Amino acid sequence: MTAAGGLCATAPTRREPTIIRERGQREVFCGLTGIVWLHRKIQDAFFLVVGSRTCAHLIQSAAGVMIFAEPRFATAIIDERDLAGLSDANAELDRIVAQLLERRPDIKLLFLVGSCPSEVIKLDLSRAALRLSRDHAPGVRILNYSGSGIETTFTQGEDACLASLVPEMAPEATDAAPSLLVVGALADVVEDQFKRLFAALGIGPVQFLPPRRAADLPAVGRKTTYILAQPFLGDTARALDDRGATRIDAPFPLGAEGTSLWFGAAAAAFGIDPAHVESVLAPARDRAMRPLSRYRLALKGKRIFFFPDSQLEVPLARFLSRELGMKLVEVGTPYLHREHLAADLALLPDDVVLSEGQDVEKQLDRCRAQNPDLVVCGLGLANPLEAEGLTTKWSIELVFTPIQGFEQAGDLAELFVRPLARRTKLVA
Amino acid sequence: MQLTVWTYEGPPHVGAMRIATGMEGVHYVLHAPQGDTYADLLFTMIERRQKRPPVTYTTFQARDLGSDTANLFKSAVQDAYDRFQPQAILVGASCTAELIQDDPGGLAEALHLPVPIVALELPSYQKKENWGAAETFYRLVRTFAGPHALAPGAKRAPRAAERRPSCNLLGATALGFRHRDDGAEIIRLLASIGVDVNVAAPMGATPADLARLGDADFNVVLYPEIAGPSAKWLEKAFAQPCTKVVPIGVGATRDFIAEVGALANIDVSTMLDAEQSRLPWYSRSVDSTYLTGKRVFIFGDATHAVAAARIAAEELGFTVVAVGSYSREFARDIRDAAQKYGAEALITDDFLAVEQHIQALQPELVLGTQMERHIAKRLKIPCAVISAPVHVQDFPARYSPQMGFEGANVIFDTFVHPLMMGLEEHLLGMFRDEDGEFSDTAVPSHLAASGAAPILVMPQAVPSADAITLDWAPEAQKELGKIPFFVRGKARRNTEKFAAERGLPRITIETLYDAKAHFSR
Ligand code: SF4
Repeated sequence: MTAAGGLCATAPTRREPTIIRERGQREVFCGLTGIVWLHRKIQDAFFLVVGSRTCAHLIQSAAGVMIFAEPRFATAIIDERDLAGLSDANAELDRIVAQLLERRPDIKLLFLVGSCPSEVIKLDLSRAALRLSRDHAPGVRILNYSGSGIETTFTQGEDACLASLVPEMAPEATDAAPSLLVVGALADVVEDQFKRLFAALGIGPVQFLPPRRAADLPAVGRKTTYILAQPFLGDTARALDDRGATRIDAPFPLGAEGTSLWFGAAAAAFGIDPAHVESVLAPARDRAMRPLSRYRLALKGKRIFFFPDSQLEVPLARFLSRELGMKLVEVGTPYLHREHLAADLALLPDDVVLSEGQDVEKQLDRCRAQNPDLVVCGLGLANPLEAEGLTTKWSIELVFTPIQGFEQAGDLAELFVRPLARRTKLVA
Repeated sequence: MQLTVWTYEGPPHVGAMRIATGMEGVHYVLHAPQGDTYADLLFTMIERRQKRPPVTYTTFQARDLGSDTANLFKSAVQDAYDRFQPQAILVGASCTAELIQDDPGGLAEALHLPVPIVALELPSYQKKENWGAAETFYRLVRTFAGPHALAPGAKRAPRAAERRPSCNLLGATALGFRHRDDGAEIIRLLASIGVDVNVAAPMGATPADLARLGDADFNVVLYPEIAGPSAKWLEKAFAQPCTKVVPIGVGATRDFIAEVGALANIDVSTMLDAEQSRLPWYSRSVDSTYLTGKRVFIFGDATHAVAAARIAAEELGFTVVAVGSYSREFARDIRDAAQKYGAEALITDDFLAVEQHIQALQPELVLGTQMERHIAKRLKIPCAVISAPVHVQDFPARYSPQMGFEGANVIFDTFVHPLMMGLEEHLLGMFRDEDGEFSDTAVPSHLAASGAAPILVMPQAVPSADAITLDWAPEAQKELGKIPFFVRGKARRNTEKFAAERGLPRITIETLYDAKAHFSR
């Protein structure tokens, strides 16, 4: 299946994009960071990291402002007794889980989240999850995934988490009607907008992964067609393919065009009459384009440089170059999933420079030499670059803010306008 | 294993980063996976530093394990040297690298770089941030001052009569709670006593400065958690005595002046006679009568908790109900202070245990860290922050020391402002529950309303309790409730204005988003 809709302007032959591949210091979060939004999304799940004080400190620092009295995540900190074999790490883990479940009887789904230390000492969390699920059945289901920095980068933590949910999904009924599954955590407000549009298009039933409550995990099977709402879900997609589901290929739903193509692809997969699709999408798209036309004035021709962060960089670059007229200097991404990003990549300008992986010092050299108008980067780099005179946009905000869909297209553009506008306001 | 919800201290390598980042001319190569680079944001975001911390991370991945993590480390050290040309290189391992045992020190030595390599062994599964900072500073001090140490048994040459006495100022680091301003305040205080500062370290010092530490007559230890081991070594190596009093509060500052006077052989009696802080008078003024016997709960690092207990009890007339600390290494000091003020002692790094204690003791004021601020907020108890772990608010733009006489002024304001004024309190008592704004369930306006206000989270559907003025369709109203609370009011006003201008009879979801599109700019 290919992207449908009238906006796609792919040239029949195109140059392969230039890809810089580097190995050096990577200035990115590990997959544990996903817990910061996943624990808000799945409202009855708890995330127990099995790791070190560093892991606990990372989540706490990434979560920044939101210290709750008792959040739905915690860390079982491995100590020297566990390492010296003075205590059996598995028995210790069982004790901690029992302690936690006693304290928090509201937990229905518990994720044991692996970290670098738990992986290096080869603590087998999948076996622990099986054992503990047995011990605490039927009230609590216990799953595991890795959020370690040696295996996962930032948003890949969500991928690992969702992939661990796939085997838990019930097989669909033999007489099930074709259904659509939207995959990737979205803000509830975005999810609801999407539901209304799918209903207007005549596509249904529509389910979401992850669900808001663990008990609402949808069924899956050969009648399930799924569409990714986030570009970083390689393992989850593979797990869904293994369950017989079929993926719809589309650009990601960022911007008016991206969202149109995304819904258009879903509608095409469900055989909806293109005229009807256009009649449903056109008003929403037009409304989304109104603010964009204003923001375009501020962004057109401005040069943007992306440091790798969330894997959202390619679809964001597509949105910024096509809908807002920005010039792409370098689009860095921690990992380039060519298959899932095919439709977005096809819409990038021919002369785009992509970079995959990172050597942060060399990338900073390139960035300074290019002197872009706007740099998208992580929290460790933003203030130092501002102090050097560059204008930056924190990439983490793009993960923590609702940006998908028609109604958020203007908000997304505004996130890029704001730092530039601020620069022009400040005179002191 | 230990179940941990929030941690008061980071891992020990973060302590090492605080030393490296505070100093000049030092670079730290840390064998660590990519996620550990989060630590940079502590310095660039919380402390708003304009430079990246001088730290290179090897960011090894699973596929490197067992093959070439050691080579990765070596090339990281070489690259860091070539690029940054530091005067000294610190090398070490984070928790994960500690498990793979690559021997960073040996690998770095093998490169034969023309600068000293200081190898750090910071046991991540045993120790924490402050210990890591103290150990790192001690290693650096030994490396650079060590070659100039007195010969064993040798006596220190007496200070030449024409030279003013001098001291080193030890302990201020990057990311320290008010370290920036404490340093400035104490340098000023020492100058007024007639004592010069030879070297202030680690903050602002270079390795070359550390080599001159022995030139001072004595050491001033600002933060024993960080400078303790170094001061002890300097005492042996250079026969340099050190101060024991931490000058936080009026009483402690006066004791400190007396101690410095004795060490420097200067008569400080006229200085001690002069009243140099507003705290004593403000505390005696009648408006402060209502402070009498207010029950306070104190928790923080040991230095700040002990100091706060003394100020609360002796300078503000509060009743201290508990003194606690997460600095286990200083448990004795905490117990002594608790005993002195008839309070409970609490030594723990378990956030939930601290919360339980606060709940059980129901104090009228909490003096704690940012963690206790959140507990207090939830329990609607006034709170002031007295200690690390730090938050962006702990780096105010204004001058705001904790130490010395100006520090005492700052502390008076900090401890007293969260409480309602005496007369305010009476008026509220009289009209309890009559007035919504001043009802007894309302917290002072600077203490945000109950619960935590998550900013960086996805909006959740929250039923709106706000009054509806125009005709809102129920779905539109529900949709409005999903908009993050801090912009919800604006969204409502804009939508209503939009609907009114167009004479729309009813606000639907479509109207809501039409208005949003109209107003977004
Ligand atoms: S990179 Fe590894 S050790 Fe560091 S915080 Fe992430 S999981 Fe923990």
